[in-house]
Amino acid sequence: MLTKRIIPCLDIKNGRTVKGVNFVDLKDAGDPVELAKKYAETGADELVFLDISATEERRATLIDLVRKVAASTNIPFTVGGGISSVDDVAALLKNGADKVSINSAAVKNPDLINELAGKFGSQCVVVAIDAKKIDNRWLVHLVGGKVATELDLFNWAKEVEQRGAGEILFTSMDNDGTKNGFANEALTKLSQIVNIPIIASGGAGTMNHFTDVFTDGKADAALAASVFHFQEIGIPELKRFLKDKNIDVRI
Amino acid sequence: MKIAIIDYGAGNVQSVLFALERIGFQGSLTNDWNEMKSADKVIFPGVGEASSAMKKLKDCGLDILIPTLKQPVLGICLGMQLMCNSSQEGNTKGLGIFDVDVIRFSNSVKVPQMGWNTIYDLQSALFEGIKENEFMYLVHSFYAPKCKNAIATTDYESEYATALQKDNFYGVQFHPEKSGAAGEQILKNFLLLNSKS
Repeated sequence: MLTKRIIPCLDIKNGRTVKGVNFVDLKDAGDPVELAKKYAETGADELVFLDISATEERRATLIDLVRKVAASTNIPFTVGGGISSVDDVAALLKNGADKVSINSAAVKNPDLINELAGKFGSQCVVVAIDAKKIDNRWLVHLVGGKVATELDLFNWAKEVEQRGAGEILFTSMDNDGTKNGFANEALTKLSQIVNIPIIASGGAGTMNHFTDVFTDGKADAALAASVFHFQEIGIPELKRFLKDKNIDVRI
Repeated sequence: MKIAIIDYGAGNVQSVLFALERIGFQGSLTNDWNEMKSADKVIFPGVGEASSAMKKLKDCGLDILIPTLKQPVLGICLGMQLMCNSSQEGNTKGLGIFDVDVIRFSNSVKVPQMGWNTIYDLQSALFEGIKENEFMYLVHSFYAPKCKNAIATTDYESEYATALQKDNFYGVQFHPEKSGAAGEQILKNFLLLNSKS
């Protein structure tokens, strides 16, 4: 049985993890490599690194980080943040990233999805979609959620699947940071209209929220940051909890 | 030990190299015939689309060489699929080592299968020390149905051959290089196989 995945997300700035990482038993919680190893050992199924740095050297720093993570971590990981070209992706994959996630660049240039899928295979192309419910419509937002578009979440999801995305990472901006649970209604609808895996993001606060996102939300994977980084929820406990609720997880 | 990793421009070869390093071995990337023939072990990785990967193999003449290799050869993911008779993906003729035709999952399940699933009915020295129903990481839309070359099974939509063996040729649909400690153990088992096995 294919299991549901638990994915910690690490925000990276200039090669270091930022905000909210508070691991008591790590020597350097700012070191993404050490943190990645720690998560892999405690049962994370995958990792996502989201690069939020805006400097000139960002690309070189990120590639260096990808190599270090790939060398020391034995589970798959995705890299996202500011990726906008085939060359960016080639460099990340060549250095050991398993998947890349593209967001704003895909909206601005949807052909990029086709190009990436054709050149590297759908399996490594994750399209991240940030959306917010406005007047009863889920609208796609760009630039970390700052810029609203007229694009409908569900139409866009269908389009990215048709263009060759291998997976969708959906963040509900209405839920993100609230710790009130995932956007299960929108997630269920997404699962009904596309046939590629959906990673749910935004709203994790309790272990029950994870149960709900897999049962009610029909998500294939759940991503969270602060609940893991602040050790409010431990991944081994979470997985045992989910297993007790008859959700298939890797233990 | 000389470990040749076939580099034909299709696949996440760096992950395989790193995984070998983590278990104390050094692999070298190559598409050179002599280097491959003289290696103790050959690893044949691959991700992406079958017909374009096959074309790249042919460009290097590797479609001729690989079936003639005498040392243990391990195909991973698309590498394994290309070692089969054919793949439905791009109507691709394979290397014909494993006597099975690779087909696509139907849309009754999410495609690609992406994530951790179990392997069972383990029947090879490749799985020494690996427990039944161990988890492995898989990412694929096409699969090899159960057949006489099957040495392990996974269940997604139906039970299929998640690993294959014929003589010195081995293939795994999952990614041992990304499947935690158990995956690393399978790689180590492969490297420690007797060359004549």
